[in-house]
Amino acid sequence: MSREEEIRAGLFDNTLNGRAPEVKALTEEGLALHMDPMDILFKALIPSLEEVGRRFEKGDFFVPEMLMAARAMQGALTLLRPLIAETGAQPVGRYVIGTVKGDIHDIGKNLVVIMLEGAGFEVFDLGVNTPPEKFVEAVIAHKPDVLGFSAFLTTTMPMFKVNIEALKKAGIRDQVHIAVGGAPVTEEYAKHVGADSYAPDASMATRQAKQLVGARNEASQGAQALEQAVKLIDDTLKKG
Amino acid sequence: METVLSSRGRKVVVSIDRPFVIIGERINPTGRKVLAAEMKDGRMDRVRSDAIAQAAAGAHMLDVNAGIPALDEAALLVAAIKAVAEVTDAPICIDSSVIEALEAGLAAYEGKALVNSVTAEEERMERILPLVKKHGAAVIGMANDETGISMVPEERLALARRIIERAGDHGIPQEDVIIDPIAMTVAADPTCGVVTLETMRLIRDRLGNNMTCGASNVSFGLPDRATVNAAFLPLAMHAGLTCAITNPLVPEVRRAVLAGDLLLGHDEYAMRWIASYRAEAARQVAREGAAPA
Repeated sequence: MSREEEIRAGLFDNTLNGRAPEVKALTEEGLALHMDPMDILFKALIPSLEEVGRRFEKGDFFVPEMLMAARAMQGALTLLRPLIAETGAQPVGRYVIGTVKGDIHDIGKNLVVIMLEGAGFEVFDLGVNTPPEKFVEAVIAHKPDVLGFSAFLTTTMPMFKVNIEALKKAGIRDQVHIAVGGAPVTEEYAKHVGADSYAPDASMATRQAKQLVGARNEASQGAQALEQAVKLIDDTLKKG
Repeated sequence: METVLSSRGRKVVVSIDRPFVIIGERINPTGRKVLAAEMKDGRMDRVRSDAIAQAAAGAHMLDVNAGIPALDEAALLVAAIKAVAEVTDAPICIDSSVIEALEAGLAAYEGKALVNSVTAEEERMERILPLVKKHGAAVIGMANDETGISMVPEERLALARRIIERAGDHGIPQEDVIIDPIAMTVAADPTCGVVTLETMRLIRDRLGNNMTCGASNVSFGLPDRATVNAAFLPLAMHAGLTCAITNPLVPEVRRAVLAGDLLLGHDEYAMRWIASYRAEAARQVAREGAAPA
């Protein structure tokens, strides 16, 4: 095994086990050896966090382990982010998230933020007690792929609908995928208020966001291919 | 300080000088799919059987929550309260964040209920405290406000004081405010446990009010929650917690509370501890007797 391979394997294992100092040290060593920051991110760190998510969903991993792993990965991300930004690489996707107005619960939402960042998303966290107009402003300003609402109380869940109405009024409802979550929230309720998806936990929220962005990217690649084909036919016709 | 709660047929007294009061937490559709589905259809059979089982397992009071999204919570809460009152005489803790539901629940309840809950948020205090006064109920005051939950015990103490003072302005006596110092999971932040315990000590020493909390919260996201919950309760009892919303159907929890009472001098000559042991032994014998040889 080359040192690069050892570093990748070490990053995977140490992230999985939440050892922040080791992850940071290995990232620094990898960069000193001129490993590609994208390679470190996509071939070691992200797969490790995905494994953490899988284990959590199966019930083999618990909340503290997920937090430790995410924290370990964040240490590496602070080193990698500026380097990746230099290369002009785009984030996997953009995500705006917040706990709805009247609600101050944030443990679940923070977990989603950490997992999303770990998965390569650029996340705009609006915090707790977020009024509808703040969500509208953030969608206009950041053009996210996904907008996530979190609510922990049956009294604050109706804010999902209020937020969605505010987006409709601003004429931007259809520009963004809306995901909702929180302890009392159900799939049925998500549908009822007109959200696009519901996730029962942070791991699932992240997986859904990745699937969505993946599907979009493929769709846009498909659209590009179609455009090129049309152009080719046009050109051929013109020449003919 | 004594807080007295009652149903039509029974009185429960919460006090630091008396045995710990268990408020059964099970009648709550959040996270319980089957219960939620049944309640939604207006079927209260499981609410009744949960009430009976918890009372039999040692719950002195029962929390009743009917928070199902997108349904008329007031009507559902009233139906659930009535169902519980049919099968037990345990006083009820009316649990809703919807003010109209609290109002309907209080109007329907016969006895002195405990309202779960008010926070130090201005609007909530001004809407809920008059209802509590009107119906002569007691209320749980949660030590947080619109800015969130502080991790500084002194700040939670200040919010508790604010609620008690405001309740007083509305004519509610101090003993009818039970403070919730707020228990959160140690899975998300390892300091949550000590912050809650320190808040309890401050409230006990400076205010003297009775205290309750959602004791099962401390273990959320962890394996073997029963053991963690069972360890937390006696620690909290020693810090001044006098009642808790928890699950008496978990044997570890029930035994931890009994042992805590015993060790804190609230079980003279260990009579309740021994009686509980004998009852469990008798059940064990009955089970073995019933099983094929």
